[in-house]
Amino acid sequence: MEDQKYHALPETDLEAKDNSRRNFLKQSTLLTAIALTPGTAVKAAEMRVDDRIAEVFEKMPVKLEVNGTPHNLSVEPRATLLDILREQLDLTGTKKGCDHGQCGACTVHVDGHRVNSCLTLGVMVSGKKITTIEGLAKGEELHPMQEAFLKHDGFQCGYCTPGQIMSAVACIREGHANSEAEIREYMSGNICRCGAYPNIVNAIQEVKEGGMEV
Amino acid sequence: MKPFQYTRAADQQGVIAAINKPGTMIIAGGTNLVDLMKRGVTAPDKLIDINHLPLKDISINKLGRMHIGALALNSAVAESHLVKEMHPLLAMALNAGASPQLRNMATVGGNMMQRTRCPYFYDTTMPCNKRAPGTGCGAIGGYNRMHSIFGASDKCIAVHPSDMCVALAALDAEVVVGNRKGGRVIPFTEFHRLPGENPSKDNNLAEGELITAVIIPHNNFAKNSFYLKIRDRQSYAFALVSVAAALEIDGGVIKKARLAMGGVAHKPWRLFDAEKALTGKKATEENFKQAAEIAMEGAKAHEDNKFKLKLAPAAIVDALKHASGLA
Repeated sequence: MEDQKYHALPETDLEAKDNSRRNFLKQSTLLTAIALTPGTAVKAAEMRVDDRIAEVFEKMPVKLEVNGTPHNLSVEPRATLLDILREQLDLTGTKKGCDHGQCGACTVHVDGHRVNSCLTLGVMVSGKKITTIEGLAKGEELHPMQEAFLKHDGFQCGYCTPGQIMSAVACIREGHANSEAEIREYMSGNICRCGAYPNIVNAIQEVKEGGMEV
Repeated sequence: MKPFQYTRAADQQGVIAAINKPGTMIIAGGTNLVDLMKRGVTAPDKLIDINHLPLKDISINKLGRMHIGALALNSAVAESHLVKEMHPLLAMALNAGASPQLRNMATVGGNMMQRTRCPYFYDTTMPCNKRAPGTGCGAIGGYNRMHSIFGASDKCIAVHPSDMCVALAALDAEVVVGNRKGGRVIPFTEFHRLPGENPSKDNNLAEGELITAVIIPHNNFAKNSFYLKIRDRQSYAFALVSVAAALEIDGGVIKKARLAMGGVAHKPWRLFDAEKALTGKKATEENFKQAAEIAMEGAKAHEDNKFKLKLAPAAIVDALKHASGLA
């Protein structure tokens, strides 16, 4: 019961918003149609073609393979990969920090390369393989970098941690973890406001020196 | 973010035909454009994704001219063995810019097209002649610590934020653009422009033109190149001042010199007079200081960036010392 109540309000809200935008698109496409050929417009209205046209403008099909699972999604062109992961796929491990490519909390791997998912439009990565923090562990077995972050206390509040770990894994794979200075330089795209940097560097160095497969 | 239509470009000609239309913009890496769209600084009706065009190659021809496709990623160029070997200055400049994540997204052409990071340009509640022509310049008389000391106008004192472009300007690169008539080549130093009366225009790209490649001619600077970037933190910050220095030294004498600065002007600021002053001279600190003095002629600071008048010449000397092996 509680759940239903909780859901009732936002859904109505969403619908209202959706409707106003759809109506605008409906009206504008309908006006264009009328201006062109009245006969077609009447037919279109009957077949709810205007509604479908509006949908075409709003959403596009996007195929993503996320952590090995294929997804066929329908997203607005303006939806970022970050928002798609969090809002549509419920993969909330990837964090929204600044949302402007300045903090690295949203770091994920696209076809094996680390990127800021907040500045990546979902439609642009259709057909690609995405790895998020949820995709690192093998079942119950943590990824060596996750183990190392735990062991070295590579975090305090933990908000930047998923991005730090995704970046750290990429840092070693790219071959840029050969010294403390190099690690610091190549981890500079991930900001930690708690200042866990020394421990993060230690964690990366241990994984690197341990020669574990990342 | 305002909704927009998204299409993928089938080929180069299709893009060129489409970009003539108002409200249509190209997206490549999107690292700057998506940010600007989120903030409402830019609001295109239609985005054309060009990432599927075959413009990613890095190659070298028989004459030693390096060809870098406009869609080559900043990280791919920085890590390219060809680039590291032939033009280490470019690799250094690229690695000094942004973060590894952003370099994995940003392209060469997009890097050239990025907008200024002037806070008044980004804040849509503030006046800015670049974002909204005729509204005035918030930075003049405002907070202008990051702003230009060369080539500004009373309409705009913003700086171009790129590191890559500073290196390419120093290396006498050329920009290859495609258009309806086929295309043309623009010297890199003439690609970006000074603000003048029309700061909304960052560069001399004409309507309906698409950057397809950057060409770097053969040079002998590989041994004596250095990119020095001074910023508020060690990494992942825009330049207060940066210097690209490239020298060809023979027996202690400078045969050729190339110098360009970042963080000081509306475009990568090439120091032609200082280069001339260095040519034929010995690679000594004294000569470097003299060149730096020449480079600073005509510099004009604002309230908050007077420090650049001291920082810039010191950075020039330091970069030259590193490039020549004195430091």
